[in-house]
Amino acid sequence: MDPIKITAPLDDDIILNLKTGDDVLISGTIYTARDAAHSRLVKLIEENKPLPFELKGQIIYYVGPTPEKPGEVIGSAGPTTSYRMDKYAPILMERGLKGMIGKGKRSAEVKEAMKKYKAVYFGAIGGAGALISKTITSSKVIAYEDLMSEAVRKLTVVDFPAIVVNDVYGGDLYEEGREKYKDKFNK
Amino acid sequence: MRIIKSEEISNAVKNLIIHSSVNLPEDTYNGLKTAFEREISEQGKTVLSKILLNAEIAKNESKPLCQDTGLAVFFVEIGKEVSVKGKNLTDAINEGTRSGYSEGFLRKSTCDPLSRKNVGDNTPAIIHYEFTDGEKIKIMYAAKGGGSENMSALRMMRPSDGKDGIIEFAVETMRSAGPNPCPPNIVGIGIGGNFERSAILAKKSLFRKLNKPNADPELAEMEKIIFEKINNIGTGPMGFGGVCTVLGVHITKEPCHIASMPVALNVECHSHRHSEIII
Repeated sequence: MDPIKITAPLDDDIILNLKTGDDVLISGTIYTARDAAHSRLVKLIEENKPLPFELKGQIIYYVGPTPEKPGEVIGSAGPTTSYRMDKYAPILMERGLKGMIGKGKRSAEVKEAMKKYKAVYFGAIGGAGALISKTITSSKVIAYEDLMSEAVRKLTVVDFPAIVVNDVYGGDLYEEGREKYKDKFNK
Repeated sequence: MRIIKSEEISNAVKNLIIHSSVNLPEDTYNGLKTAFEREISEQGKTVLSKILLNAEIAKNESKPLCQDTGLAVFFVEIGKEVSVKGKNLTDAINEGTRSGYSEGFLRKSTCDPLSRKNVGDNTPAIIHYEFTDGEKIKIMYAAKGGGSENMSALRMMRPSDGKDGIIEFAVETMRSAGPNPCPPNIVGIGIGGNFERSAILAKKSLFRKLNKPNADPELAEMEKIIFEKINNIGTGPMGFGGVCTVLGVHITKEPCHIASMPVALNVECHSHRHSEIII
């Protein structure tokens, strides 16, 4: 099946159409944040202060790129492991976050929040940072420059490749994939 | 006594780091190609083909294979007939690490464990020393990423747990790790020594070339069993389902206390960046 092309920010019509296992190509504007930036974003929410970007409809990409060389848009930029953001993700979804890109399992709480607030978790290929960087056409640090590679960046992406891991219907590719290929080695 | 200038060590370390960040070693590349041929899941095959393509892009464009360019880990063998002039060896290696990560445009990933403030230059490197004969210094380097390192485990097992217990521990650790450590992985296992020694043995096992057979037939047999059991979990490339969850299992053992059976398992990602130089 051909990949589904979607454009960020996302609305519910797009979200409801995505199913676990779908290949997608994401274009548009997305934001980056890792552990340290998440901790600051959630603190701002708790203190009722404005965020450095509007969360409604947005996708956050869990990535801390390598420094760009002169003339490069961005350095290598593959996903980091997502469970470290599990503590912070539900409150961001409550505030309108619609998508997360990372790698690895999410907690039961995060999966529940995805169903409740209609959000999707996309898996990207970890360790393919050079390949993925080719789909990023602009990058600008918009907050927390002191965090170096962990600063919040606004990215423009064109056909960023990902796969739907958790959809709004409770699907989980990691569980389904494992079940399908269990005991199939050397058979 | 042979004398080596510390600048020579620093320079060699810098070059090792920069070279490793963009060139996937031949054994890793071939391991991934074998996995691609063996994988039966379509999604798994796609992932592996993109990982191989990523390696080509990294090499051709001198762009880091992965944004996590790791903590710098070294195993250093020092001949008894050689001495370092200038900085001490640890400072020389840290100096090379500092300039390698800076001049190579690599990510600086060391931070204070509590405040989380970035150190800024990816030091201190993690360095393990061994002393040997001769007048050379051998430096083995690996860029060790955090995602796979976080899935590692150490257990002080009972001697009665035996080989079956070790095999079960390894398989359960990798089942629980699932998609998190960027499979297909390389698994290093250290058996024996004591608490810290088992972890060092596990780490050092990762430096053995992939698919180079274990010289100890008993360990080779255990490696084969663990390899098959982990690949039968079904995790597959990046956890999307498949039969290639590990590229290799490497075990090292050493004598331990009569009361103990320490077992450490160090997980390595598919972007298995390691290289060495003899000075």
